[in-house]
Amino acid sequence: MTEPLLKVQNLRVELTTRNGTAPVIDDVSFELYPGENISFVGESGCGKSMTALAIMGLLPEGIGRITAGSIMFDGQELTQLSPERLRRIRGNDISMIFQEPMTSLNPVYTIGEQIVEVLLAHQSISRKEAWATAADLLDAVRIPKARERLKDYPFQLSGGQRQRVMIAIALACKPKVLIADEPTTALDVTVQAQIFDLLRDLRKETGTSIILITHDMGAVAEMAERMIVMYAGRIAEVGAVDDIISTPRHPYTKGLISCVPHVLASVSDDKQPLTEVPGIVPSLREFGRDQCLFASRCQHRTEQCLEARPKAVNFDGAHAADCWHAETLS
Amino acid sequence: MSATPLLSVENLTVRFAVNRGSLFGPASYLYAVDDVSFHVNRGETLAIVGESGSGKTTAALAAARLVSSHQGKVVLDGKDVLPLQGEDLRQIRRKVQFIFQDPYSSLNPRQRAEEIVRDPLQSLTDIPDQEQRDITERLFAQVGLRPEQQRLFPHQFSGGQRQRIGIARALATQPELVICDEPVSALDVAVQAQILNLLSALQKEFGLTYLFISHDLGVVQHMCDSVAVMYMGKIVEHADRRSLFNNPLHPYTSALLSAVPTVDKTLRQKSRRILIPGDPPDPTQKQVGCRFASRCPVVTDQCRQTEPPLKEIAANHRVACHLVDEKAISPL
Repeated sequence: MTEPLLKVQNLRVELTTRNGTAPVIDDVSFELYPGENISFVGESGCGKSMTALAIMGLLPEGIGRITAGSIMFDGQELTQLSPERLRRIRGNDISMIFQEPMTSLNPVYTIGEQIVEVLLAHQSISRKEAWATAADLLDAVRIPKARERLKDYPFQLSGGQRQRVMIAIALACKPKVLIADEPTTALDVTVQAQIFDLLRDLRKETGTSIILITHDMGAVAEMAERMIVMYAGRIAEVGAVDDIISTPRHPYTKGLISCVPHVLASVSDDKQPLTEVPGIVPSLREFGRDQCLFASRCQHRTEQCLEARPKAVNFDGAHAADCWHAETLS
Repeated sequence: MSATPLLSVENLTVRFAVNRGSLFGPASYLYAVDDVSFHVNRGETLAIVGESGSGKTTAALAAARLVSSHQGKVVLDGKDVLPLQGEDLRQIRRKVQFIFQDPYSSLNPRQRAEEIVRDPLQSLTDIPDQEQRDITERLFAQVGLRPEQQRLFPHQFSGGQRQRIGIARALATQPELVICDEPVSALDVAVQAQILNLLSALQKEFGLTYLFISHDLGVVQHMCDSVAVMYMGKIVEHADRRSLFNNPLHPYTSALLSAVPTVDKTLRQKSRRILIPGDPPDPTQKQVGCRFASRCPVVTDQCRQTEPPLKEIAANHRVACHLVDEKAISPL
């Protein structure tokens, strides 16, 4: 295989809270290859978004900081760069789409002005060229009558169109990596399908790598080649999407897949109760303990799980699960 | 399971006044729910699905007398509830309760959990104090909360626990009909399963009837006995669970089903995605013809000119589409 575009090694991010510091990302390593689509899955509070923010250098200032590990992007060590250099990479080479298309656009500027702002900040082109490029971008994300819509304000667009504008802004400088943080959570299913189709097509055209952050296993199955299941700031399981969905090795992954009522091809009259994962994600205070953090919700828990943090168990095809019982469970 | 309808809604129309062109111009209305009829059998679950803005929540709010209706009838247990006033209305409110979508904004942050659950008992019943306290305590156990949590405030609970408080509150007056408006869409996936299982268990235990509003077809398929699909204020398809999911007839229903991402690889390869481009048209403009015509992949001239009525195609299967006839074959 080729060189990875993005290589994160032993990343540790600590948040300062009233109760001291807590590792919201605890020893996370992964690689992203050019043109690849990987997906981070997990419940809220598991560190998916924090990982994205750490890569972007957008951790909340004064509260979160990278305390160990490295983020290599295209031969550069992002954790060592000056804020100035990092700003050049952000937007140009790595860009991000956020969850809420309603709140991530500025309501008092037209969408044209917001796209042009990005273009002028990152590229040395004239204002006129920037407006022309902006129209092309809107066209590329399939907003009809792009040239006229540039003069619209965000409130004049529907939720799906706003998310398209966000994608246009994110793609303005032809980034190598696009991080999409729950890009369709606030949208209807038919619009979600449109946005996924758009992202898939854009990836085919531009070769951009996509990191998709989501809690929807169905979305992962449709969009990504590899997935990383995160739990309480740690990687629970990593591997090819098809492998993990057909044979999940970590009890948490298993729970995540089976707790959701999936639309079935044919429906019969009997209804089975859903498999539950009892309880909720542990609080930040418990993060970083030397034990399996999923143990309190796991039905296969043994003494060993409470005594030490599980190590990754490797399976065929770069599939690994951090569980003491991964081999015996499946 | 008896097949008597507990709730039947007939030709319900809810409209909202929208900005008129000028100060003295005629008022124009947005028909959020337009001539909608459905019924829910006792002890069963009817799901209303649709995208945002399709009128599903408004229809439910109107059935619970939480928004005023323009026309139509809402018959609960043989009694039309729309003309009721005063004490009669108070009596009906005991029988119809609501579970809201957002467990964060639907609980008063300054009330303790027990006060929140007791509230409907105090305002809708004449049950003496001590008994109210006993009922509250029992409800806490039934929804899976600990007794000592009664004294806590909403912010001390997690999202799933708050939704449990909302469920306990809805059950306080021993209602017959519980309207669940997207009860799990604000919750984490693992917590969703806990709440859905709780709702099913409570339905069995108390013989509850649910009107279940959701945009998540997986959840709907899991919970419902019959389904009504709404698009822009109209019901486009209304069928029992098996007919609707095994043989969806309206193009919009098929499109909705095909848009849901699935983990089932064979299903994914088998089902071809039915793309419906664009967004729904502006609801303030009165439409001629079928409302889905502008996005429908199999639209004909007839669809643009006349509005299709909701007609019975098979037993328990009603569809509003010109292209579907008695053979019940999907036009796609």
